[in-house]
Amino acid sequence: MFILEKRPTPSRFWMAATPVLAVILTMIAGGVMFAILGKDPFEAVRTIFWDPLFDPQFSGYSRPQLLVKAGPLILIAVGLSLGFRAGIWNIGAEGQYIMGAIFGAAAGLAFYPSENRLIFPLMVAAGAFGGWVWAMIPAILRTRFRTNEILVSLLLVYVAQSLLASMALGALRSPDGGGFPGSRNLSQWATSANPELIAGTGMHWGVVAAFIAVIASYILLQRHILGFQIRLAGEAPRAARFAGVNPNRLVVLCMGVSGALAGLAGLFEVTGPAGQISIDFNSGYGFTAIIVAFLGRLNPIGILLAGLLMALTYIGGELAQFMLGLPSAAIQAFQGMLLFFLLAVDMLGNYRIRLGFGRAA
Amino acid sequence: MTGTGEVLLRIEGLTKAYPGVVANSDVSFAVAPGEVHALLGENGAGKSTLVKMIYGLVKPDSGTMTLRGAAYAPSKPGVARQQGVAMVFQHFSLFEALNVAENVALGMQNPPGMRALASRIRQVSQDYGLPLDPGRLVGDLSAGERQRVEIIRCLLQDPKLLIMDEPTSVLTPQEVDILFQTLRQLSAEGTAILYISHKLEEIRALCDAATILRRGKVVATCTPRGKTARDLAEMMVGGTLTPPSRSAKAKGAVALEVSGLSVPSPNLFGTALKNIGFSVQKGEILGIAGVAGNGQDELFLALSGEVRTARDRIRINGAGCGDTGPNERRRAGLVAAPEERLGHAAAPDMSLTENALLSGAVRKGLVSRGFIDWAATRAFAGQIVDSFDVRTPGIRVAARALSGGNLQKFVVGRELSQAPAIVVVNQPTWGVDAAAAAAIRQALIDRAAAGAAVVVISQDLDELLEITDRFAALNGGRLTEPRPTQGLTVDEIGLMMGGAHGMEVAHHVHP
Repeated sequence: MFILEKRPTPSRFWMAATPVLAVILTMIAGGVMFAILGKDPFEAVRTIFWDPLFDPQFSGYSRPQLLVKAGPLILIAVGLSLGFRAGIWNIGAEGQYIMGAIFGAAAGLAFYPSENRLIFPLMVAAGAFGGWVWAMIPAILRTRFRTNEILVSLLLVYVAQSLLASMALGALRSPDGGGFPGSRNLSQWATSANPELIAGTGMHWGVVAAFIAVIASYILLQRHILGFQIRLAGEAPRAARFAGVNPNRLVVLCMGVSGALAGLAGLFEVTGPAGQISIDFNSGYGFTAIIVAFLGRLNPIGILLAGLLMALTYIGGELAQFMLGLPSAAIQAFQGMLLFFLLAVDMLGNYRIRLGFGRAA
Repeated sequence: MTGTGEVLLRIEGLTKAYPGVVANSDVSFAVAPGEVHALLGENGAGKSTLVKMIYGLVKPDSGTMTLRGAAYAPSKPGVARQQGVAMVFQHFSLFEALNVAENVALGMQNPPGMRALASRIRQVSQDYGLPLDPGRLVGDLSAGERQRVEIIRCLLQDPKLLIMDEPTSVLTPQEVDILFQTLRQLSAEGTAILYISHKLEEIRALCDAATILRRGKVVATCTPRGKTARDLAEMMVGGTLTPPSRSAKAKGAVALEVSGLSVPSPNLFGTALKNIGFSVQKGEILGIAGVAGNGQDELFLALSGEVRTARDRIRINGAGCGDTGPNERRRAGLVAAPEERLGHAAAPDMSLTENALLSGAVRKGLVSRGFIDWAATRAFAGQIVDSFDVRTPGIRVAARALSGGNLQKFVVGRELSQAPAIVVVNQPTWGVDAAAAAAIRQALIDRAAAGAAVVVISQDLDELLEITDRFAALNGGRLTEPRPTQGLTVDEIGLMMGGAHGMEVAHHVHP
């Protein structure tokens, strides 16, 4: 039988190799699933992973979409990864993302139709603030009353979604919209627009922010004492207290940073690709970012790659849906497999597998 | 006591290997009915693995066991118990939130009704002089009383062989005497006892025969009464031992002063500190003894700054610091080394370099304006490894890859390398091999000689007698008045540690 044997020191090779292995296993298992559904597995996998980037017919549209989709995922996931590393579980990034969009849009719309150049920076600040405030609720409840931040942050997502609907129908509804739900279009108002910065790349300010977040978080974790304390608190909470880390301060900090980054993602989304506050404005980035954070091993560089990969499976998945007629549930199952295999092969970093016969373990 | 040639348990050629280490290699010995047989060896010599095989917790790779003439190969502890083998572990497996009778019932195959069980517990506890109220909550019991629960749990099964793993590490000297009376009574009734220890005087006092293990092999068998403690120690260690040396030196001004310190325990069933006061001078080593669970952890946390109190309860060089955290205290000159190496003193999955930063950042100036100076940190880690002889492939390996003794040398070395004014250590040599323990004790003595005030919290009385200038004991969260170590007798120490917790009475009634 197989025997798992704990390695004395975690293997650096397998730490880096497991995500690649997980992707390969997902392709194989997904291919089997597509074959059972009666589709050509090779064509399906190619449609998901290859065509969006290189097919002459689709890549013109799909390629910029990659950054558009990956930007918010990476931005949110980087923030979440800091908390996850410290053992602080902010599951409500979706809510913070929505609140960032609402706060930012409201701050801008208050000045409509001014052309003051300071309005966009103000909106950015308001967006970050909105996400931060929403994350502070579970943070302060945890530090003051020891409530569970997983539950509180998750449930606040549904509150945020209801607020979003109310805003789209009420306070932020466009006066010129003929009664339809939804705010004014922020991407068409030059003052608040978050345009594509380089034509054909999909690069907008949110993507820039995501790259900055990746670099900043890399430096924080590698070089700064705060990053060390975050890692220490996650790995050995008692050792962290011995090292002088204040656990409550860390909760407020990690929740705050992840909330603010999620809020920023919401703001850049509502002023750019989405354009307006609407009932169905959000597209689940906040939840998907949790997967991205783990897929990237809670490492900033890994998250950058994982965000791109996840965005690719979304775009490729949509392509496969209308090109091959694959059901959307199959695409979701495919994405689920990715997380499953990643977690399953994760233990290779800390364990080695041995074949053993006869002996009881 | 021993019948002529009669053998209860015979072990032949028992071998057990784990990846990278041979725990037992070709171990053979025999135990007669009623014999008290010692298994003697250092930490890591393979004693625990051996008895776990006898108790059915570990399966041997090769070798045979015979119990009362029949082949014996228990597949699980339940089978061992059915055949009359019982074991009292060093670490108790008791539920603190349940009472004594409920805990005993949990370990039985077919427990009788609670009332019947309670009366049987009372009966056995009277017969063997181990007073125990079946209705009391285990969380409220002292360590010695908890051990009685474990022993009575075994005795209810009427065992033929009782295995005891380091039973005296949680007892006061008086409690040890009474335990020995109980064990002698069992032995006289024909129950064989396999007694694991590294305490030589105990073995000389109690045991009929001894098997000495070193690195998994039987290196000698002897009658312990016919040997001196020194002979036994040298057989156990396989060389001559040099006890730590120290020269008497004049003490300096008071460096650490604690007064009226009362702190509730951060843990459920922990022990609150009650009005603790002591002071330590520069160049002095104060020993704090006590049976585990009498407030040692709480006192350590209060001194290290992980638990805060009122400002003036703790003074470093005259300045109040009771309300400051660990890093402020480090800045003021106080360093601390916790008992639990993995998870408290060190982060198991982090490298030695990162672990050097863990408590060294403040005093060694490894962080400037929030950014870590990794080059300086690596140099610091390397310096610890060199000067404290930490055996490791390098400073990049994870802390958990080091053996207990080596990691302990690293942890103690990390603190002592920071030129501290005050050193607080909790159980500095627990679970550490003799050579590493001697090195750590010498390092503490050297630090005191260099002018530091040192507080050693330990359950190892021999260690405290060897290295301390003054001696105090924790008992139920209270600290006795510190007394000069020189001239203290074992009886006096035992009384300071709380005596026998009311056990003498029982033995007078039921001798």
